[in-house]
Amino acid sequence: MYVYNDFDEAFVRTRVAQFRAQVERRIDGSLTEDEFKPLRLMNGLYLQLHAYMLRVAVPYGTLNSAQMNKLAYLADTYDKGYGHFTTRQNIQYNWPELRDVPDMLSDLADVGMHAIQTSGNTIRNVTADHFAGAAKDEIEDPRPVAELLRQWSTDHPEFQGLPRKFKIAVTGCEADRAVIRAHDIGIQIVRNAAGEIGYKVIVGGGLGRTPMIGKVLSDFVSKADLLPYCEAIVSVYNLLGRRDNKYKARIKITLHENGIDKIQDLLNALFEQIQSLFGGFDQQLLAEIEHSFAPPAFKVKSTDGYDAARLANPAFRSWTDTNLSDHRADGYAIVSISIKKHGATPGDATSAQMRVMADLAAKYGHDELRISHEQNVILPHVHKSDLLAIYTALRAADLATANIGLISDIIACPGMDYCALATARSIPVAQEIATRFDELKLEHEVGPLKIKISGCINACGHHHVGHIGILGLDRAGVENYQITLGGDGTETTTIGERAGPGFGADEIVPAVERLVLGYLDLRMSPSETFLQAYRRLGAAPFKDILYPEKAAQNAA
Amino acid sequence: MARPFVKVITANALLEGDAIWFTQNGTWSRNIADAEVLTDEAHADIRILEAQADQSAIAGVYLADAKVTDAGPAPVHFREAFRTRGPSNYSHGKQEA
Repeated sequence: MYVYNDFDEAFVRTRVAQFRAQVERRIDGSLTEDEFKPLRLMNGLYLQLHAYMLRVAVPYGTLNSAQMNKLAYLADTYDKGYGHFTTRQNIQYNWPELRDVPDMLSDLADVGMHAIQTSGNTIRNVTADHFAGAAKDEIEDPRPVAELLRQWSTDHPEFQGLPRKFKIAVTGCEADRAVIRAHDIGIQIVRNAAGEIGYKVIVGGGLGRTPMIGKVLSDFVSKADLLPYCEAIVSVYNLLGRRDNKYKARIKITLHENGIDKIQDLLNALFEQIQSLFGGFDQQLLAEIEHSFAPPAFKVKSTDGYDAARLANPAFRSWTDTNLSDHRADGYAIVSISIKKHGATPGDATSAQMRVMADLAAKYGHDELRISHEQNVILPHVHKSDLLAIYTALRAADLATANIGLISDIIACPGMDYCALATARSIPVAQEIATRFDELKLEHEVGPLKIKISGCINACGHHHVGHIGILGLDRAGVENYQITLGGDGTETTTIGERAGPGFGADEIVPAVERLVLGYLDLRMSPSETFLQAYRRLGAAPFKDILYPEKAAQNAA
Repeated sequence: MARPFVKVITANALLEGDAIWFTQNGTWSRNIADAEVLTDEAHADIRILEAQADQSAIAGVYLADAKVTDAGPAPVHFREAFRTRGPSNYSHGKQEA
């Protein structure tokens, strides 16, 4: 893992000291809220419905056990004993007091963490495949380049006042687990015909009010060119991006309004100018960073005990069937720890749970943890002979829910339970759907199904790319939920189609139940997933299930 | 017919971020029932300026729709109702006390 060098350490400490002074000046009245707001946002501090919220960056979703333990410490010391993992691989604290925030940032700096650029019109936390460095299908670990981008974008003097926020995601394989086509810049590590490693660069994806799938700007950018290429993209956006209307300010709109050819021309001209200015220093830095992400020393050991335990223990077997993914090393597995217990808040972990996960990583997982954009926690490197011990410990901590990729593994934004921007609540809808399908004992029968819920049009809950997406709105002073169907956030990214009129808060869970039960009747075989059935049949039969009265009218 | 003008002034407390309401005697209360009910638009404009002057105690002042009940002013919109209680997934915030 990357460890802060003296420069990083000094930079973060200086920022904490600056923010401490800014908070003092706000409290003594020398700064008004209007003056203070941009300063606090630069440091990840929001003011929400009931309290402040501190958003802490987890760069490319990677943590070690000391960092996870520190997050638990923060939850206990300054918050209400829990934290909320987000769809951008960050963690949010919902109840900090203003006076404590500089201490929180100082504590984070002790373990090489910060909250810088987790808000504001800057380049945000760079996200990556949560299976990075472990996935079997990976060309190269995406985290060194994500770290290079983090260093380049942090406090970049030209990019502190962009037209709007800017999000970058990186993946090291064709299978997309980082939703790169829904980011301002999506980077995929690829190999060209000559066998060299480089990057496919996708630009202008995004969800929100105007969902768009990113367009390929270049099929192959060489390693040495990536940073100047990204700088050229952000510079062109900085010049062309609209500042007159915040709803039209993201690069997806810039690209849409100007056309990809014009952007390409400007970009190429600028790239030629700045390419030489980088002088190779970035490559030297990248080499050092790559060194710190060297794979752990994987052990070679028998997995006989694991196979026997699977046969003997059905609950353990069920968990291993659902929550494990293929690892590139023999005898190893990737463990996804579900932070989606039926009826609990998606993404919320208690401090005790964080400590259990940190201990497991330290003891069995080469000291690595990941936060996934699907709001779960990953132990990326686990030898199969340790899985039973891990499962047993997770079970004791209420963390052994076997539901990864199933209907109750729901992404949900905080919604109007916390967020000042929300138009409706998301969390209770997620809780009720998960509880209902647990009662029905149907989720394993239903199979892979992604439900994603956002509490407003900004789509933090990624509803557009949910197989079933739910968008909470305010319709004449009442919560109302719109359903979209057929969305997909993987390498075959698709924006879901709106099914029809929205449902009231008491109608949305029955509507989802109707839809899922209806799918069971429509599928060709148990192996045809919801998304496959939707693609084969189109929206019509699903709309008929959602709106039976309308279907009856049409039939009459 | 337009809805009659019935508002309260609300904000967040500077230190805790908790929802607060502006009272008739120019103080801030954690309970909406203590809020001053504003039924005159011109008067509300003046009161919000007075409320905003209190920069070292509060953040983010705005006017919110309200209704008058036997227990005092109460929220109209569900967002404002949540602000009087706290989130629905845990008994945190005002409902905790």
